[in-house]
Amino acid sequence: MPYIPHTPDDVRAMLDAIGADSIEDLFDEIPAHLKAAGKLDALPEGLSEMDVTRLMNERAAQDAGVVSFIGAGAYQHHIPAAVWEIATRGEFYTAYTPYQAEASQGTLQVIYEFQTLMSRLTAMDVSNASVYDGASGLAEAVLMSLRANRKSKSRKVLVPAALNPRYTAATQAIVENQDVALETVPFCQQSGQTLVEALAHHEGEDYAALVISQPNFFGSLEEVNALTDWAHANGMLVIAVVNPTALALLTPPGEWGADGADIVVGEGQPLGVPLSSGGPYFGFMCCKQKHVRQMPGRIIGRTVDMEGKQGFTLTLQAREQHIRRSKATSNICTNQGLAMTAATIYTSLLGPEGLTNVAAHCHANTQALAAKLTALDGVERAFSAPTFHEVVLTLPKPAGEVLAALAEKDVLGGVSLAKDYNMDNAILVNATEVHSEGDLDLFAAALKEVLA
Amino acid sequence: MSETQLIFQLSHPGRSATSQAPKALAEDQLSAIPAHLRRQQKPALPEVSEMQVVRHYTNLSSKNFAIDKQFYPLGSCTMKYNPRGANRAAMLPGFLNRHPLAPESHSQGFLSCMFELQNFLREVTGMKGVSLAPMAGAQGEFAGVAMIRAYHEARGDDARTEILIPEAAHGTNPATAVMCGYKVREVPVGKDGDVDLGALKQACGPQTAGLMMTNPSTCGVFERQIEAIAKTVHEAGGLLYYDGANLNAILGKVRPGDMGFDVIHMNLHKTFATPHGGGGPGAGPVGVSERLLPYLPTPMAGQRDDGSYHWVDTDTLSTSIGHLSAFMGNAGVLLRAYYYARSLGREGMIRVGEYSTLAANYLLKRLEAVGCTAAYPERRASHEFILTFAREARELGVSAMDIAKRLLDYNQHAPTTYFPLLVPECFLIEPTETESKEALDEFVDAMAAILEEARTEPDMVKEAPFTQPVRRLDDVKAARELDLTWTD
Repeated sequence: MPYIPHTPDDVRAMLDAIGADSIEDLFDEIPAHLKAAGKLDALPEGLSEMDVTRLMNERAAQDAGVVSFIGAGAYQHHIPAAVWEIATRGEFYTAYTPYQAEASQGTLQVIYEFQTLMSRLTAMDVSNASVYDGASGLAEAVLMSLRANRKSKSRKVLVPAALNPRYTAATQAIVENQDVALETVPFCQQSGQTLVEALAHHEGEDYAALVISQPNFFGSLEEVNALTDWAHANGMLVIAVVNPTALALLTPPGEWGADGADIVVGEGQPLGVPLSSGGPYFGFMCCKQKHVRQMPGRIIGRTVDMEGKQGFTLTLQAREQHIRRSKATSNICTNQGLAMTAATIYTSLLGPEGLTNVAAHCHANTQALAAKLTALDGVERAFSAPTFHEVVLTLPKPAGEVLAALAEKDVLGGVSLAKDYNMDNAILVNATEVHSEGDLDLFAAALKEVLA
Repeated sequence: MSETQLIFQLSHPGRSATSQAPKALAEDQLSAIPAHLRRQQKPALPEVSEMQVVRHYTNLSSKNFAIDKQFYPLGSCTMKYNPRGANRAAMLPGFLNRHPLAPESHSQGFLSCMFELQNFLREVTGMKGVSLAPMAGAQGEFAGVAMIRAYHEARGDDARTEILIPEAAHGTNPATAVMCGYKVREVPVGKDGDVDLGALKQACGPQTAGLMMTNPSTCGVFERQIEAIAKTVHEAGGLLYYDGANLNAILGKVRPGDMGFDVIHMNLHKTFATPHGGGGPGAGPVGVSERLLPYLPTPMAGQRDDGSYHWVDTDTLSTSIGHLSAFMGNAGVLLRAYYYARSLGREGMIRVGEYSTLAANYLLKRLEAVGCTAAYPERRASHEFILTFAREARELGVSAMDIAKRLLDYNQHAPTTYFPLLVPECFLIEPTETESKEALDEFVDAMAAILEEARTEPDMVKEAPFTQPVRRLDDVKAARELDLTWTD
């Protein structure tokens, strides 16, 4: 019996101890007509480890063998071998939520170190132990801003159109149930940025927060200092949505404008988590100290034991659902522990120098890729703003057609902006440190053929 | 065990794990980034060698209890064996390197696994449709209640403002109802662990959007009146929500769809043996009855007539409650669950409910025999059961918490404590089907020894544990003098 250790003798002895004749007797409180006997026939026969592995090997191999330039919220990076070798050690992989602190000091200290790393990377005071992903993290940040902004009575938040549309969609789906409205701020068609001028007509209106994405979905760098100061001058909190790799090079949100962002969220995947079809990733969430009691999710604190020795424990649990039930800050009950553990190991391995180098190579490779692609007839940069590691290109043909033709050559040439932005001929492309000069040339050559 | 330094305390300026990152670039390669948007100082990350990192985190791992090391009988958490084969399969390069936005032409392998998993889950739950999108149980609950709301709204039935929840429910249930914009009304539970049906009938009305419940309940017993409950809620126009936290108890034996539930979530990190990972990631797929099919969260996997697979998204399912994450949820967890389902197959799936129930009833009888008090002695245990130490607390001054901490000294992870809230000084114990009889017997021996200690050396028990990396921690100090990040 797969994974079940009992021999027939064990079963007999256990039933005897219970005083039952058969296992079926143990289900005697369930009405007989409700029982599922014979209703699972559509399920296949069980397979041995060798056979399931063979099957899944075949499936995985079907999707392999591409050179990809897709970013749009999930990025390829080199992941040091040590990261997942350690993260999948049984002691991390098969542990539960650290409710028994004395028996979970490993997990708890890792989270405390993670909180410190994320606070330093973002230049914020505090961090939680992570939420599901960047997009749902933004939804939590929006709800948090309503609680934290005591000057505002508004249930509205300003969201740039140049934010990843998947973040907007997920946030919308989550917050609309509480009658929270997201209002869109248009982007500048020339620069691809969210400009303060576009906000001017909102001056004097009551909003709980302004969301600022750095870089934005187009890869463009926003004028974050001006945007932050504008929001604060108008009584709004600033929710920063940032890429953690980019933070090695860009001004951290805690230093934006005069006072810095109030809440920071983002997708943690670039920090050592594989693409893996979209998850499990983790969302990071940081804030100013004064808002910590409004932050959702698990938080770890350093304290001492009864002998005065340093130890770590879950803290501020009065915010959480298992204590506060219907009055909790969120219904969230997990963090993305394993992915967050991987990120902690990744960030420690790279250090300040390594992460900066990764970010620099991402930027330089994307610049080089854009130069190679825009050398082709009819291919141009769509926007004038400086970019980090993604760029929007306009093509002489419809994007969907071009991407499909590239895919036939096993080149995944980015994502189309036709559906989300009505930019029928525009693609968003990304390069990172994993792309070699040869990869960039391969893309350029393939695109040249497709456009010919 | 000695105090492990923090990674930041190992840091020395100028040290780095050089082989792990590309070489530095000349500053002119970054000239396109305006100076006023550049970070002025490098982030204060640790500067350590590769070996220091590996040793540090390996040492930290040794300070954890884990299923791979200990019996872990946490009630309602289903800490069963996590097959290593599932981990290896999910980490095959073709799966790991697939971008979530890769075209369907380059996603057929992954999509086929997801499509089949949807079908397997539909079959074992008796529901009409399944979406794998929610990233954890609590997000599955959110999706479920959001679908209930969407259903009522689509019918113009907007007077329904309340979700009913039995008082024994998990804290996520009321928190979720509020996140979906509902008020919560709690329904009492009777002395036998079943819902107070009379009180439920009084609570139901035109304001009722739905009832959220777990079956078997968090009291560790099967709710015998489930059909009457379903009838009551449905007659009032409400929908019935199944919290799948305890699905392991009935897997292969009874299906939520056959009990009359309209919407359910499953915790694949419990029932389908994916790892808990120190608190996540999970996966919380949702299943629905016919009338909620239009509202399932996206994306889902679909199959065309020619056998090829495709995504079902909001462009074709415009009534969907939408996306709950940037992409499609915790795909890697879903692959592990797919492995588990293929590994068990039909016969194995049926055994899960049977043997988890056998283990729980055996453990309960043995524990009663050594002097433990069952909260519901007249009832069959499901896959879990409740003990109460109210008498020990009253007569010996030894609380359930003290006994839990002392168990750690016996190398046994403590059960869930002080939940459900309605049973004083309680343990909720779930052994799962993957523990051997010997492991269960060892736990019984440990409990017998601790009960004896509670009688003879209560003060010692109250100071446990003694063998862990730390003694009992000062939680009050942790909350009052917040120290959430390290300062050099």
